[in-house]
Amino acid sequence: MTWIAWKMLIGNRGKYLGIVLGIAFAALLIAQQSSIFCGLMNMTTSQIRDVKGVDIWVMDPNVQFVDDIKPLSENDLYRVRGVAGVDWAVRFYKGLARSRLPDGNFQQVILLGLDDNSLVGAPAEMILGDLRDLYQPDALIIDDAGYAQLWPGEPYQIGKVFEMNDRRGVVVGVCKASRTFQTFPIVYTRFSQAVLFAPTERKVLSFVLAQAAPDRSPEEVCREIEGQTGLAALTQEQFIWKTIVYYMQRTGIPMNFGITVLLGFIVGTAIAGQTFYLFTVENIRQFGALKAMGTSNLRIVGMVMLQALQVGVIGYGLGIGGAALFGWFAKYNAKLAFLMPWQVLVITAVAVMVIILLSSLLSVRKVLVVEPAIVFKG
Amino acid sequence: MSPSKETDKTLAVRCRGVTKDFGAGATRVQALRGVDLDVYTGEMTLLVGPSGCGKTTLLSVIAGILEPTDGAVEVLGNDLVHMSPRAVVRFRGDKIGFVFQQFNLLPALNAIENVAVPLLIAGMRRGTALARAEDVLVQVGLAERMHALPADLSGGQQQRVAIARALSHRPQLLVCDEPTSALDHANGKLIMELLRDIAVESNRAVIVVTHDSRVFEFGDRIAHMDDGHIERIEEKQNAAPAGH
Repeated sequence: MTWIAWKMLIGNRGKYLGIVLGIAFAALLIAQQSSIFCGLMNMTTSQIRDVKGVDIWVMDPNVQFVDDIKPLSENDLYRVRGVAGVDWAVRFYKGLARSRLPDGNFQQVILLGLDDNSLVGAPAEMILGDLRDLYQPDALIIDDAGYAQLWPGEPYQIGKVFEMNDRRGVVVGVCKASRTFQTFPIVYTRFSQAVLFAPTERKVLSFVLAQAAPDRSPEEVCREIEGQTGLAALTQEQFIWKTIVYYMQRTGIPMNFGITVLLGFIVGTAIAGQTFYLFTVENIRQFGALKAMGTSNLRIVGMVMLQALQVGVIGYGLGIGGAALFGWFAKYNAKLAFLMPWQVLVITAVAVMVIILLSSLLSVRKVLVVEPAIVFKG
Repeated sequence: MSPSKETDKTLAVRCRGVTKDFGAGATRVQALRGVDLDVYTGEMTLLVGPSGCGKTTLLSVIAGILEPTDGAVEVLGNDLVHMSPRAVVRFRGDKIGFVFQQFNLLPALNAIENVAVPLLIAGMRRGTALARAEDVLVQVGLAERMHALPADLSGGQQQRVAIARALSHRPQLLVCDEPTSALDHANGKLIMELLRDIAVESNRAVIVVTHDSRVFEFGDRIAHMDDGHIERIEEKQNAAPAGH
């Protein structure tokens, strides 16, 4: 009977394609929009993830997300270092600075100041130059996207100069960095240098980056730090989620993407449901004949569900494939935010499952109520 | 099934006082008003009469597709009235072959695949079912058109496929609803000959509903219906004696 169901389904090519494309469209839209949303959320936390080898971020308790800087005092650094279970703790500056190019143009940049001794938080991958060159006077390392933004079309070159806060900075290297939500160039320098490039403030320590002792869990040490200093201490993962939650709660981003995903779901259900229903109605006499010939209702329902499952699986595959293709194009050609974690695949699969269930419900009802006697009506 | 007294033909269908109502109250329609009918194996029984006289309703009741409002219906020794709906469905699949006016072939399946459908419903493996379907198609003279889709077959050929489908699971009772009405006269005669041969040669009971008087000659027993009951039954010389 499985085979009959399959043959009936593909027998009407037009309707078959209609149902499959309806589901594929819905899957594509849901997966693609969800992936762009994930990509954007991922971008909001890129600067946390780019800081490698750090367990704990310590910050002012009122900080809501990574770009919400509420500076700490130098004293706070020493208090964190004094907490049992902290292996080491270093300064980290993060802020916005205005760069002035030799041609007179201004460009906002994200300025990151790394601990002078350890350079903790330094970029993981250098394209040009050496990380140790940061120890040179006025040295800066800039990310590749930022370089292209400041000097469009120019090849990477060491020695490029620009000013921040009326101080001269010299590019000593170009690095890879994850794209940020703000899309400003990222400039790395030493902490002591960063505070000179930044506008003068009484407190300049944005975060304290710390490492838990080998025998202690980061979560446990975070609790110790919070208990003893009154500061907020989060693991890298916790800080990532704090930032994501902020963007989800305080911006319209999830709502906008949610609406598009919902529209994809509704349109997909409408197309697939209507076409599947028409397909069933067209075959109602055949279903009636099968019932007359001794096919039970249960088997008929099984046939309809199997047909729905078949188009669902194919539509899902096409939709996900399309979304992945879009993602590849977006990532490497259009520089769009796109991230397709396994959760997106699961969510899309569940949505497609609901679509085919809703689509087949009407059809199943139609088939169940049909009297086999229909076949005796000319 | 009980053998008749004068021949080796056996009683396949026995209806007594069968009534069937549709609707209720003011909209109640009595489609059958106390029908008595016997159908024997090895014979072709025709149910004839004007449109709306209850022929198809009676056929549906005999085939277990409709439940009678009242009366007794015994088919191949089974009391359909007291069988569970599930058992009736199984009984239909096992014991009854159907030939429909509009053929009702699955358009996506070719001839041999259509013929295999009742075997697949019965749970037979596809390979075995297709092999048996091939044999049956040869029997009905369609060896050359086995892989043709219904849309590529003439009306007569489609009805032959439908008959082959009805025969494929070797049912003991064949019910045919206006099998010639969608065919021209020549094809209609061929189909009726084929159905009669099936009845006689394999000792099956064949019931044909028709209002096509040109094919009455093929019936061994002709039940004339009007207004929901059987007015009279004509029997040919070789037919079993009437049971009522």
